[in-house]
Amino acid sequence: MVANDGGLSEHPIDAIRSAALERATELGCSRAELRIEQIRTQVVAMRDAKVEGTVDDRALGMGLRVIHDGAIGFAGTVALTPDDGRRLADLAVGAAKATALAGGERVELADEPSHGTVDWTASYKIDPTTVPLSDRVARLEAWSTDLLSATAVDHVTATLMSVSEHKYYADTSGTTTTQHRVRLHPSLEALSVGDGSSSFETMRTAAPPVGRGYEYLDGDGWDFPAELAEIPSLLEEKMHSPSVEPGMYDLVIDPTNLWLTIHESVGHATELDRALGYEAAYAGTSFATFDKLGKLRYGSELMHVTGDRTATYGLASVGYDDEGVAAQSFDLVRDGILVGYQLDRRIAKRQGLGRSNGCAFADSPLNIPIQRMANVSLQPGSSDGPTTQDLISGIEHGIYIVGDKSWSIDMQRYNFQFTGQRFFRIENGRIAGQLRDAAYQATTTDFWGSLRALGGKSTYLLCGAFNCGKGQPGQVAPVSHGCPAAVFEGVRILNTRAESGR
Amino acid sequence: MSESGLPNADEVVERALSASRADGCVVIVEDVADANVRFANNTTTTNGVRRDRRITVVAIYGKGEEARAGVFSVSGSTDPGEIVAAAELDAKSSSVAEDASPLEEAGVDADFADQPGSTDLSVFSPVLTDLGPAFSRALADGRVLSGFAIHEVRTTYLGTSTGTRRRHVQPTGSIELVERSADGSASTWAGVGTSDFADVSLAAMDERLIGRLGWAKRKIELDAGRYEVIMPPDAVADLVLEIDFAASGREAEDGGSVFSAPEGRTRIGERLTELPFDLFGDPFAPGLESAPFVVASSSGPDSSVFDNGLPIDKVTWLKDGTLSRLRYHRAGARRSKTGFTPSPDNLVLSLHGADRGLDELVANTERGLLLTCLWYIREVDRSNLLLTGLTRDGVYLVENGEVVGAVNNFRFNESPLDLLAKTTEVGRTERALSREWHEWANRTAMPALRVADFNMSSVSPAS
Repeated sequence: MVANDGGLSEHPIDAIRSAALERATELGCSRAELRIEQIRTQVVAMRDAKVEGTVDDRALGMGLRVIHDGAIGFAGTVALTPDDGRRLADLAVGAAKATALAGGERVELADEPSHGTVDWTASYKIDPTTVPLSDRVARLEAWSTDLLSATAVDHVTATLMSVSEHKYYADTSGTTTTQHRVRLHPSLEALSVGDGSSSFETMRTAAPPVGRGYEYLDGDGWDFPAELAEIPSLLEEKMHSPSVEPGMYDLVIDPTNLWLTIHESVGHATELDRALGYEAAYAGTSFATFDKLGKLRYGSELMHVTGDRTATYGLASVGYDDEGVAAQSFDLVRDGILVGYQLDRRIAKRQGLGRSNGCAFADSPLNIPIQRMANVSLQPGSSDGPTTQDLISGIEHGIYIVGDKSWSIDMQRYNFQFTGQRFFRIENGRIAGQLRDAAYQATTTDFWGSLRALGGKSTYLLCGAFNCGKGQPGQVAPVSHGCPAAVFEGVRILNTRAESGR
Repeated sequence: MSESGLPNADEVVERALSASRADGCVVIVEDVADANVRFANNTTTTNGVRRDRRITVVAIYGKGEEARAGVFSVSGSTDPGEIVAAAELDAKSSSVAEDASPLEEAGVDADFADQPGSTDLSVFSPVLTDLGPAFSRALADGRVLSGFAIHEVRTTYLGTSTGTRRRHVQPTGSIELVERSADGSASTWAGVGTSDFADVSLAAMDERLIGRLGWAKRKIELDAGRYEVIMPPDAVADLVLEIDFAASGREAEDGGSVFSAPEGRTRIGERLTELPFDLFGDPFAPGLESAPFVVASSSGPDSSVFDNGLPIDKVTWLKDGTLSRLRYHRAGARRSKTGFTPSPDNLVLSLHGADRGLDELVANTERGLLLTCLWYIREVDRSNLLLTGLTRDGVYLVENGEVVGAVNNFRFNESPLDLLAKTTEVGRTERALSREWHEWANRTAMPALRVADFNMSSVSPAS
């Protein structure tokens, strides 16, 4: 074993692998994949600069997926001995047999070369889960105290989530991988109750969660002191801002908000298992059905969206996926046309698409891998393309939206509604204060069809989330989305107070 | 060793407690067995049998309200001493906990040393037996079935250095079935919460949904607007659970909640609905039984690791339409001079004397929309608990007491508190499954509701 295995080598990994894979083969499985994982998750939650709760959790276990007589079976356990490995093979084969009784299509996987024995480690300097609790608390305490000292701020909540994920994978094709990646999500929210003359308001940091180490808090990728310094005045301004007039507006959307719209309206819609109906009972299906591949006009010609599991600091980035497929980068939407889907090996084979593009992922050793989202990103304009300020200058009457807040989209990914942290009024190319109570609502293809301008590379930012949900039993995946600032013409803005009948 | 290859849970608790060098210690072992099967496109797809065990140790230094705590948890069969040491390390470097309270002696369960409950795929045998023929029939009739069944048995062992030894076995199950027409233009859903699947018939669910798909033979397009809606208990659960989620005393006092009143006060005592609704959680509610003691593996705004093992009683959130309680841990309750209010893991909405079924509400309708369930529900405005989301898998137009056809889906913007305030008719309370939240909140009982002026904000072309 290698040094970066996070202590996995304290367990009899090789013996467990032999026991599990050999037993599966003995039982007649055409394929078996074993994952042994250790996931360390730490949370610090603070309220008004005092610790409210902490989590420090080390999840350790293994899962075995088999294909037996064309049926899939899965079993997982937290017991880690060779005997448990054998038992797991028996359980997984039992699950394949039991569910095959109800009938099922035969499962085959797309070809993937054996990658032999390989290691992969993400780019980071300091594994955030090695930082002592007292240091993490001190950091959030200092930032919270600064915010609380502002007169506009009545209360502050702060959270820091740190994850370190060690994954060992071995399959019957001879691929054995050992991988390590980390991620970090700091978030602070200030609350102003005001003088009671109007309802309270909040202002949260727009700093994205990232696949970086603890150095992120010291300026690698985000300027926290600068953002925190602005929060109180932004909050105070918002408290005294007018309620938005509903109607159609031209929008300049910042990457800190647009990433989530990409996630919901492009990311999930281009998952082929969804488009084929495999999520019909839960996450839903997709308007971007398979017959529309190569034909569907998704958006304006400016729209170039890629999927990748390779972006440096990407939350969905890996060396190899949970079916032993090497990480790749691929087109989903090119010149505004749907040209690709996110795949796992089963779906790639079923639809005759050749090799899987490596999107299989399980969020826990106890969950079966399913197709999960790659980093799905909107490509920016050229290096000397417009800055955000340039984009705003081109708008006569519109709104500039920063930071994500509320989100919801329908089960075929048509109708969505998003709010944000900061809605700035644009008048004659200039920012003219903030607006309250705004939400934007649109249909996916109308919205992307209204894309009129892309910011240049200087506006590009990788944002994302730790908590993308899919599958039953529910699985939660981390994923990043890169995008530039962008202009959308004539989008419907709602007033949420009016929506509530007030 | 038990059959699973894991040591006995009660012994893990004892070993961890004896390894403790701190002034106080709480050990929680949560042993989970589950089995699940998923299906889609008239075929079974994924499945799993899982065995999980998480050991959480809370180390406490100092006494009473001056105590410091550290929390560490590990899944698997790690040496309990290691977990205790890690928790003690964190506790030593911590400040006095905001939620510090004395650890209590909270009783000993006679079955503490019993083996954990278990389950496996055999619990689904009748379901799987019915599923094959249901797939064949669906294929022949041009319908597409998908769905999911899961059964989990969670056994919690909780011990403290003050002598508490509690054990609780929590079975949680659900099955969902979606039927779509082959062209995808019509769909419908049914979901059932259960503890053991003895009360589940997939064949009966299939029959019911075939009937509902028949309602979609006539399709009616309606515009966005405010409609009278008839919400079945499942859809009521989707929205009303959000009232429970928002019922934090601390957050209300901070001023950033729908239950906030000016100057750090809460809305307790305020009448919120004209109809005298009761909304409550009760660990002993028949069929919805949940743990009768606190199990907190971390602290939050209104739950505390110091309260582990203390009894949970029935909590009435709304009494006769008036807000009567919010959630508080002991330390928060002391500060706010109110009662310690831990939350039961279930939720019941009822109106005294309401005994009509959903069919009777439909029969009483001149013109309205009958919903099936709601989806992708998110908070839009915390100050009034405005939620957005979608109708899903079946919106039907009712005219003169009869369903006359299926209507397009809508995006709604509504607050569950406004919803209860706008309710004009209430049905009898029955077991309900929130499609949106049942993974976290399986045990609910709700009435069907007739609601005036429900805000369908825009049309969704999704089906």
